[in-house]
Amino acid sequence: MSDTSEAPQLLRLAASDNVLVALGAVPAGLARITGGGTLTVGRPVTLGHKVAARDIAAGEKIVKYGVPIGSATAAIASGCHVHTHNMKSDYTPTYVLDETSKGGAGD
Amino acid sequence: MIEGFPRQDGRKGIRNHVAVAYLVECARHVASEIVLPYREAGAQVIGFPGCFPNDYAQKMMERLCTHPNVGAVLLVSLGCESFNRFQLAEAIAKSGRPVETIVIQKTGGTRASVAEGRAWVAARIEELARAKRVPMALSELVVGTVCGGSDGTSGITGNPAVGLAFDRLVGEGATCIFEETGELIGCEEVMAARAATPELGRELTRSVEKAARYYATLGYGSFAAGNAEGGLSTIEEKSMGAYAKSGSARIDGLIKPGDLPPKGGLYLMDVVPDGEVRFGFPNISDNAEIAEMMASGAHLTLFVTARGSVVGSAIAPVIKICANPETFARLSEDMDVNAGRILSGTSLVEVGDEIFDLTLAVAGGRQTASEQLGHAEFILTYKSFEPIGPACLPS
Repeated sequence: MSDTSEAPQLLRLAASDNVLVALGAVPAGLARITGGGTLTVGRPVTLGHKVAARDIAAGEKIVKYGVPIGSATAAIASGCHVHTHNMKSDYTPTYVLDETSKGGAGD
Repeated sequence: MIEGFPRQDGRKGIRNHVAVAYLVECARHVASEIVLPYREAGAQVIGFPGCFPNDYAQKMMERLCTHPNVGAVLLVSLGCESFNRFQLAEAIAKSGRPVETIVIQKTGGTRASVAEGRAWVAARIEELARAKRVPMALSELVVGTVCGGSDGTSGITGNPAVGLAFDRLVGEGATCIFEETGELIGCEEVMAARAATPELGRELTRSVEKAARYYATLGYGSFAAGNAEGGLSTIEEKSMGAYAKSGSARIDGLIKPGDLPPKGGLYLMDVVPDGEVRFGFPNISDNAEIAEMMASGAHLTLFVTARGSVVGSAIAPVIKICANPETFARLSEDMDVNAGRILSGTSLVEVGDEIFDLTLAVAGGRQTASEQLGHAEFILTYKSFEPIGPACLPS
């Protein structure tokens, strides 16, 4: 997905979601959201990864598809990459290889 | 519309394979050598590696050797293993299929067993080549779905597209199976609400709770490092994506591996063993899940991958649906459907219809990408199950 077109770069799956999904490689800066609106993305994020749609407090549920998919382990500022470094499962811990888990800014 | 090979039990096969089944790892080399010259002609290796007896493995092998896509079976035994080859051979013979058992220790070792096995397989392939397909209704087709190598695109493109194809198949009377209760963690409530009866809904919830407990004991969820590389952060997130494969039809039953769905409709397969945690992880890789759906009669599998699985399967063709457009660009020869184009504006419905049409074409004999590339993976390991309860299959 080209960032020079008018195509949306971030997908909002449900109105109540506090994260958006990258529809391709999204560079830092202003990114277009499906259904309208924009979000300032802190650092580049790769396809399929999530960014915070708004400020999220530590301990708050991360909501995607309109349902909780885990909890924030730290305060996450709007536009930041949301992943295993700042959220966790409410069920079983997530196993990652440090070498491959970044998928974006690593912020 | 589709055509299949008629079997004595009334089911029809969409392929006509000669299965060469090793009954312990020690017999696998001989089985593989027997199949080698006949791979292109439809001979395939399946088997069970363990030397200790296991009811689940016995049932799985009986179901797989009498699978509608199998036309004849050669059993390859070392001779001293615990697997009950007599019971298996009897079940196959009863199903009307040609069956022969080669016992390596009695046949004179590797070379003699391979020669004898090849002669038997060659004769069966010649016979099966003369078999004729007959018309087969969509209500006679059983389709499974699995996802493997998921990432952040799976739940947006490939999985919901398969869900739409499942809705159409179920609507036409086909039997559809989804599975991996360990990847439905967090989806219990929404799923239970789709059950045909409240009692079945409770069984669905219990199956996922069992999976959550089982994986918690093992210390790892059904989650691989590559899932995180592709943007998935937790098992709940992966589950919501995986759940989309089931579509939106009513859930008609809960089955366990080897149970045959009694009629058309949508079924959840509970793949997590019952009782205390034994024998390790429920399904150690994607082909273990495919084998279990085959044992419940699945003629073919819709496999959604995003990181890029290349596998196929013995016995039942695998249609690979690639959720991630970047992966599709790299591995297009291994893929049957490019669902990643949904991210650039193609509708879910268009891709869902493509999957539905391809399912019918493959059922009619069209080769999938993995079949063309010679993939015929198979794996079966130890498990133990209790029979399903009466609420699992409401009439």
